[in-house]
Amino acid sequence: MAEAVSTPSRAEVANPFANAFRQAIYAGLVSFGLFVLFIGLKTDQNIRNELVVVQRWGLLALVVAVTMVGRFIFVAFVQPALERRKAAKVVTTTQVAAPGFIRRNFNPIAITLLFIYPVAMVLLFGFQGSLKWVDNFGIQILIYVMLAWGLNIVVGLAGLLDLGYVAFYAVGAYAYALLGTHFGWSFWILLPAAGIMAAFWGVILGFPVLRLRGDYLAIVTLAFGEIIRLVLINWREVTNGSAGISGIPKVSFFGLMSFNVSDPTYISKVLGIAQSGAYYKIFLYYLILLLALLTAFVTIRLRRMPVGRAWEALREDEIACRSLGINTTTTKLTAFATGAMFGGFAGSFFAARQGFVSPESFVFLESAMVLAIVVLGGMGSLTGIAVAAVVMIGGTEALREMQFLKYIFGPDFTPELYRMLLFGCAMVLVMVWKPRGFVGSREPTAFLHERKAISASFTKEGHG
Amino acid sequence: MDTVSDMNKPILSVEHLSMKFGGLVAIGDLSFQARRGEITALIGPNGAGKTTVFNCITGFYKPSEGMIRMTGRSGDEFLLERMPDFRITAHAKVARTFQNIRLFSGMTLLENLLVAQHNTLMRASGYTILGLLGIGGYRKASAESVEKAEFWLEKTELIDRADDPAGDLPYGAQRRLEIARAMCTEPELLCLDEPAAGLNPRESLALNTLLNDIKENTGTSILLIEHDMSVVMQISDHVVVLEYGRKISDGHPEVVKQDPRVIAAYLGVDDEEVVEVLTAVGDDHVIEELDVEPDPDQGPAASSSMMAGPISETIGHSGENEGEVVKVSPQASKALEYDELQAARQKKAKAASAGTKATARAKASPKPAAKAKTAKPAEKPALTGPAKAPAGKAAAEPKKLSNTLAAPRGGTPDKLILIKGIGPVNERKLNEHGIYHFDQIAAWKKADIQAAEAYLAFDGRIAREDWIGQAKALAKAAKPAAKGGRRK
Repeated sequence: MAEAVSTPSRAEVANPFANAFRQAIYAGLVSFGLFVLFIGLKTDQNIRNELVVVQRWGLLALVVAVTMVGRFIFVAFVQPALERRKAAKVVTTTQVAAPGFIRRNFNPIAITLLFIYPVAMVLLFGFQGSLKWVDNFGIQILIYVMLAWGLNIVVGLAGLLDLGYVAFYAVGAYAYALLGTHFGWSFWILLPAAGIMAAFWGVILGFPVLRLRGDYLAIVTLAFGEIIRLVLINWREVTNGSAGISGIPKVSFFGLMSFNVSDPTYISKVLGIAQSGAYYKIFLYYLILLLALLTAFVTIRLRRMPVGRAWEALREDEIACRSLGINTTTTKLTAFATGAMFGGFAGSFFAARQGFVSPESFVFLESAMVLAIVVLGGMGSLTGIAVAAVVMIGGTEALREMQFLKYIFGPDFTPELYRMLLFGCAMVLVMVWKPRGFVGSREPTAFLHERKAISASFTKEGHG
Repeated sequence: MDTVSDMNKPILSVEHLSMKFGGLVAIGDLSFQARRGEITALIGPNGAGKTTVFNCITGFYKPSEGMIRMTGRSGDEFLLERMPDFRITAHAKVARTFQNIRLFSGMTLLENLLVAQHNTLMRASGYTILGLLGIGGYRKASAESVEKAEFWLEKTELIDRADDPAGDLPYGAQRRLEIARAMCTEPELLCLDEPAAGLNPRESLALNTLLNDIKENTGTSILLIEHDMSVVMQISDHVVVLEYGRKISDGHPEVVKQDPRVIAAYLGVDDEEVVEVLTAVGDDHVIEELDVEPDPDQGPAASSSMMAGPISETIGHSGENEGEVVKVSPQASKALEYDELQAARQKKAKAASAGTKATARAKASPKPAAKAKTAKPAEKPALTGPAKAPAGKAAAEPKKLSNTLAAPRGGTPDKLILIKGIGPVNERKLNEHGIYHFDQIAAWKKADIQAAEAYLAFDGRIAREDWIGQAKALAKAAKPAAKGGRRK
């Protein structure tokens, strides 16, 4: 229907209401034609199991009326408003408005807010009430932020499409789970160990796929992710198969305070405060926040180092890289290893937080989710990726909270089940609105006179 | 090893290089040398295998046979055919540019040049680890690398756009940036694959200046593939001509330009035609005589069709016209032959340097043994063919230019190509007629213009393009510039 008014004639502009009325009539006719069989007639079974036709003229009338009203409002009010805005925009483009205070200081403000977030939640909801907000929202989102920042090194900077990133997450999680339960080693030793282990597997994956590009690389990395998961399922002697590993030790505060109620160094005993499960969650929140910030810090530092520039150069043009004496093999491997290492960190944190790991946590969907966050956020942009993680993960978590939807769609309605629908819609919308992600522009790593963001039209996505 | 003898060694010697793609022989038994501190040009018709040679030298292809030896300034020798591509740049110090520009378009100009200094910076940053921790001299090395990038940005006149993405630059600037990027790897040998492709004459001139500057001030030797003859002839010290993957000529540009085999290769003379014309003409005496004194007018660019457009200064364009000349009937050919002989005799008396030139050429073109057989017959008709038309004209119309000089004043002729409409070929022709300076052209009268037009096979172009006016302006501008130049 939108095509019908794409070129409004002079008369239509002069009298928008007449035009809107006509449009509404057309829309009503079309919707009547469409819905007369869909809604107006319904086949049903009666008490004697006979097929009967139920007539629902009232509902049909309602739907058609809603369509007509909607069309009328759109043509009469929304469209002129949009056009006015467009015209206003054209006029004002000459003077580039300086970005506002929030925009200029987005990163420090965001980090400050993240640090005071658990405190604010505790103050608002009390210890018990804050659990949900700190754990389900805070920690969950930050894990994905960290994973996406890790994957960003591989996909966003080096331009190597990796669909099996969850494998490194799994390696990190199982490294901590196995070594922690069998040997009782501390999280603080196993965190770097898990990172190194994952980096090692990153190199293992890197070697065979060095020669692959684009789709081929994506398929092989996808297969790698599945291999790791299947090994976890089938290697029962070590991984306990699909039953998973439980009783993974909790993280302690550098051995000074523990979060096990039975321990003599339990936090409430040491500090002399009331017992609560929220302490551990808040501690974990700060832990993952610091880990994520470490990832960001290292990524920012690396981008200004020769290896980071080489990654981006590799994304732009591999052959030119080689003509400049850059060893593309090691450059790709370092990208895989670095990305995998952060995945491993996140994995070991995940195991410590859950206290239980099983192969079910490391399905392809997780890889896809993380990749979607990276793409949605804008490849290479840390801020954009963090925002995308909040939108995607926070959005799906928020669905759980929307219990009011039950009053609309009936008591059988479970909003969580619609998260993939939301996920898909969000991706389509963002990609239509901003094809290169929330932050499509690229920040140069060095500048002579002034730092200018580079438009997405110049940067390449990489091709393998 | 004493460095003196090393410096005299060729920086790059390609020996018996062959490259086969399946059944296709892209390069067959190619040997040539590029001397240190010189600009060596690799020319040849399309598909002659020039870029393949480049890809072999820079390691992008592994040659089927042969040896490519690179001798570094320190005396180290590298066998390039055995090294992976990135090591050739990193260790043997060979940098290259690409025919279709390959910049990092999403990175700023500065970043492009910093990426080129990857290996230096990697070492300075302790292979990232020390740099990440902030230990060691990475900060200093980083500042130095920015300085170096700035230096090359200034050289290539791109400093104002240092913070713009490379993909945003106009075409000519992208070419310059690619050269700057290659130079940031501190190469000893810079391989340029058609650096002047797609440049306008002004940019092309600036490129010549840049390349000469690189040659003189950095000690980097240059190997370049080029189609634009104005670039090749003006700046190269040594030209190697390829055809169908084989070397057909090798030597000083002036010599190569007059090499009949080169002309034949560029003009597309078929072997059958060669034999036919040879038998038709048949006069060994004539051929010999012409061989001794190659008619300067026979240069491939001398056809009038080429002069029609300002960009058509490349040899390749003149194909059809010269081809016709070769195919003239035996009778006509003989008649023209006579005219030509007359013209050649006249010139012989005039040009004192001709004899020495010819001997130099004879020495400078060592032919591959396999090629010699086919090359001999090709020589003769190619020489006689293209030479006919212009030579005949020149003989029929004696020169009437009034203000000729025997030699350029002060030994250096003005760059006549700065006048729009005069290409390198015309410049050479004018020089032969004693026109070396702008003020000479500026002083031309009607009769002179007519004479020049007749000689250059132009009709009314001199007036149309206002050579006189241009020359006046340039002569005026040249005076202070020349003074400034001398002061330097």
